[in-house]
Amino acid sequence: MSNQLLQYLTVFILSAFVGVEIISKVPSILHTPLMSGSNAIHGVILVGAMLVLGSANTNLEEVLGFIAVILATLNVVGGFVVTDRMLELFKSKSPSKKKKVEEDAS
Amino acid sequence: MSRGTLIDLAYLVAATTFIIALKFLGSPKRARLGNLIAAGGMALAVLATFFHQNANGKGLLHIPLMLVGMAIGVVVAVPAARFMQITAMPQLVAIFNGVGGGAAALVSITEFMHIKSGHPATYVILEVLLGVLIGTVSFSGSAIAYAKLQELMTGRPITYPGQQVINAIFGLAALGLIVAILVTASTVLLWVLLADAFILGIIFVLPIGGADVPVLISLLNSFTGLAVAASGFTLGSNLLIVAGTLVGASGILLTRMMSKAMGRSLPNILFSAFGSVVTATGGAAGSDRPVRSGTPEDIGVMMAYSSKVIIIPGYGLAVAQGQSALRELAEELEARGVEVEYAIHPVAGRMPGHMNVLLAEANVPYEKLKEMDEINSDIATADIALVVGANDTVNPAAKNDPGSPIYGMPIINADQAENVVFLKRSMRPGFAGIENELLYDPKTILLFGDAKDSLTKLVAVVKGM
Repeated sequence: MSNQLLQYLTVFILSAFVGVEIISKVPSILHTPLMSGSNAIHGVILVGAMLVLGSANTNLEEVLGFIAVILATLNVVGGFVVTDRMLELFKSKSPSKKKKVEEDAS
Repeated sequence: MSRGTLIDLAYLVAATTFIIALKFLGSPKRARLGNLIAAGGMALAVLATFFHQNANGKGLLHIPLMLVGMAIGVVVAVPAARFMQITAMPQLVAIFNGVGGGAAALVSITEFMHIKSGHPATYVILEVLLGVLIGTVSFSGSAIAYAKLQELMTGRPITYPGQQVINAIFGLAALGLIVAILVTASTVLLWVLLADAFILGIIFVLPIGGADVPVLISLLNSFTGLAVAASGFTLGSNLLIVAGTLVGASGILLTRMMSKAMGRSLPNILFSAFGSVVTATGGAAGSDRPVRSGTPEDIGVMMAYSSKVIIIPGYGLAVAQGQSALRELAEELEARGVEVEYAIHPVAGRMPGHMNVLLAEANVPYEKLKEMDEINSDIATADIALVVGANDTVNPAAKNDPGSPIYGMPIINADQAENVVFLKRSMRPGFAGIENELLYDPKTILLFGDAKDSLTKLVAVVKGM
């Protein structure tokens, strides 16, 4: 086992705990936006797709990398736009509601 | 600072924004900001990647092709995400998740071809295999989940003779292929594994149906995260490992919370072919039994003179696009001094929180939405429980009938209200395909018709009084 692998495993384990920790306090009404938002975040595979396409030596690698870039872009762009659209709905509140929230906060 | 360090720094910033975003997504006030922050981090990461150089100081090849691919992605994704009906949200999440899984599988397999000549270590091959396997299962599984929700195919569980045996064969084949590839490092076998994983994804999802599909999407979302993390190991990218693992870990937790809300364990949801055991309750209960139905006038008057109405919305409301009419009815009732609250079952709609999104769209005030546990304690004080387009989430069989497939699922105790009003299109059972005894209860009144029409009529009655 290389040091490199060990470093990746460390990042992996810590991220797993962070992932569990931040989610455990989410009210259930936000579960759908949350799922959608995390869906967008794993669209970061776009970076991976860029790297493999950018280092493709053969035609096959090029084709696969190209398809991966398209799919990953769909994931990341679609994911963020859908989430934003969902959350937009939570914002449109009547003025009375806003006042109430402020009262609650104070 | 060298170029590589700067890029890594950008990745670190991006990874941090993802963590902040997930945290913000947990609070109604900051959720939208969180999403924007993550999008910003993502843009930074993508931008930085364009400046990537390999160990020999060579930049990325095929950049024009890359830009074309991204342009295609944007042109397809933005309109789909912007203009799809809000009720179709779960399908959209399913399909965007699926393509992410597909991308992760392709990244892994392409990287494998690339590094194969260098005789990679066994653990590197294992990372590739996991990326391909999990990513592909997520891809084909999400495609089937999409088809089920979009009603391109039946939403019911699909079972066939020998299902377990067939599943076992493909599962064992995957294991055998993994071992064989670890030994031989064969690209051909890797493609066979991809094909096998594709079929596995399909047969894994086919027997899951009805109300369980949302839980499934959450699980597949988590799968894609893990596939991305596996690709991150292969590519040596901390960013991919962090982001993928965050999603994988939080997705599994979310999946558990969702199955808990349905009172069932995850293995039970995944492997029990839910709706196929309906016969236990459905048998005797023919739909020709007498029910009490009322006119909009009867029901409107009844509601106007009550003191507390609890509204229990379900997916049928969204299908009929009746959210605004519902809010109008609530406002009319409140103008007459009636106390109105909404009881939201955790799995109302098609995903947890889906109903909140739908009602928020119709400007229903956020604080009127009560979660199940909160409302169940005082539902007995309500004069009327108004069930709009919901069914399974108020079915008392979940509490009383151990033979029912939904037995043990937490429900909203609509049956404890003094009167129950159902707005229903027909006597057809709900998404899970189970007969609802509450419909035949003497204190229940049914108003048949499209939910939106019925609500509009009720508004007119209450207004006219």
